[in-house]
Amino acid sequence: MSGHSMSVGPGRMGAIMLVAPALLMIGFLFLYPFGYSVISAFTDNGEGSWHLSNFVKAVEFYSKDILFTIAIVTIATALIGILAVAIAGYLTLGENKIAITVLKWLYRWPLFIPFIVSAQLMRTFLAKNGMMNNLLTSSGIIELLAAQSYLDWRGIVITFVWKQTPFVALLVAGAMASIDRTTIDAGRIFGASRLRILIELVVPQIATTLMVGLILSYVVMLSVLSVPLMINAQSPTMLTVDMAWRINSYGDYGVANALGIMSYLFTGVVAWFYLRQSLKDKRA
Amino acid sequence: MVQAVLSHSLSRALLRTLAIGMLAFAIFGPITNMLLWAVAEVWYFPHKLLLEYGFVFWERVFRPEGNATEALFSSVWIAVLTVVVSLAIAIPAGYALARGKMPFRYLVMLLFLLPQAFPAVAVHMNVARTFYGLDLNGSVAGVVLVHASQGLVFAVWIATAAFAAVDGELEAAARNMGAGRWRTFVDVTLPLALPGIMASAIFVFLISMDEFTGTYFVGAPEVVTLPMLLFTSSMEGNYQIASISSLILLVPSVGFMLVIERFLKADVLANVGN
Repeated sequence: MSGHSMSVGPGRMGAIMLVAPALLMIGFLFLYPFGYSVISAFTDNGEGSWHLSNFVKAVEFYSKDILFTIAIVTIATALIGILAVAIAGYLTLGENKIAITVLKWLYRWPLFIPFIVSAQLMRTFLAKNGMMNNLLTSSGIIELLAAQSYLDWRGIVITFVWKQTPFVALLVAGAMASIDRTTIDAGRIFGASRLRILIELVVPQIATTLMVGLILSYVVMLSVLSVPLMINAQSPTMLTVDMAWRINSYGDYGVANALGIMSYLFTGVVAWFYLRQSLKDKRA
Repeated sequence: MVQAVLSHSLSRALLRTLAIGMLAFAIFGPITNMLLWAVAEVWYFPHKLLLEYGFVFWERVFRPEGNATEALFSSVWIAVLTVVVSLAIAIPAGYALARGKMPFRYLVMLLFLLPQAFPAVAVHMNVARTFYGLDLNGSVAGVVLVHASQGLVFAVWIATAAFAAVDGELEAAARNMGAGRWRTFVDVTLPLALPGIMASAIFVFLISMDEFTGTYFVGAPEVVTLPMLLFTSSMEGNYQIASISSLILLVPSVGFMLVIERFLKADVLANVGN
């Protein structure tokens, strides 16, 4: 009699029963409200026939914010990608041991700082009398009276990049650590610069990990309410703020959900890209 | 020749130091700025440094009836309840997904990921609407449910990975020696999976402590957690209270950073999401 002859795990019915509470929770707190948001966006609060007037209204009122949202998350995602590759690249290819140790210790800090705290940190740091301006005026880059607040779209981008770069850098550095070193050594022997080795030899090998990290960050940035609310809630602002405003001030679920559907679509586009790419990878 | 190489490597070192210095400022500048505000009593533009500093605001918020004390207690209480609810749901689910004959296992695992894959605001505002009908709005129970639903993917995935990492031979040995299914689970499987379960509990605790969007829609204004206190005081321009709340929220987060590697072992980590 082998050790595995007696089954230790629950059978089919048992397994379903054990998972059922978790599934109920997802159904009640995600699938149901999600379904409701779709119905509400295309009707008058779930009643009457289907129509698009909520979307017409949403575009009429918030077209500027729709573009603003796309611009912010696109710029932030691009910056996060560049910085994360730079940090992870130095950790992988750098030659100065002390610099690597310092960098490794340094770059992770924002990863564990909650979004709402990051927003508050930046609210003080980027303000007119914040340390950002202190540095710029003390070093003579700008005049004291020319100091301005960065609490607008730039503040939102800076906060997102500050908070999300460590996460992507951590993933990418992990992937870079496990790639085949022989290609890097070969590049070195042929005298390629480290920047060229990074861009032409290393990045293509970790592209999938980089993409996963960037997609996750992109979805997070479309979800976070506290950062745009605390950095810049005046128009133009992000769709998350408009949704909250639509509900808290007007109780208008129709338009709020129409905006919600648009934010689903923004994430849907990148999810589609991701699925297409991962299918390609599997076939290859 | 030697001089050229030397000056080249010197300028390289200078560049490297400058880059790391700038990164250090970018990362610690905002944190330092918050620390300054936490002890600021008078500070306004164009003064670069505090005009008066002290702990007056600390006294005000940490009195027994001070708002930070109350917010801290309600945050911790909600986080503890969220951990209890999440583990009660995630332990059986994780065990079944790791050991049981679960049909459509891959799809079920993916289903738990869905709440993370869609922008949360759009979903949470509709949860609040559902909760109105059930009298859950503005209640601790409502907030706990929303927090638990957000932590569920981590709780279930990590618990599944933790159970999967337990050596099946040990369970089989216990069964062969006559232990029942329940006894095997309680005496063998669960203790071996405990470090991973602890990691998922810490994860869920932190998610609940830091959660803002769900509390904003479901809990406000009755339930005041630390993030809600931080938000309202910051919007009122009371940067001292907002900074003190930030500082309190940083303590568990940084503590987590320091201990997580002890709990989340590589063999469990490698299994997450499988």
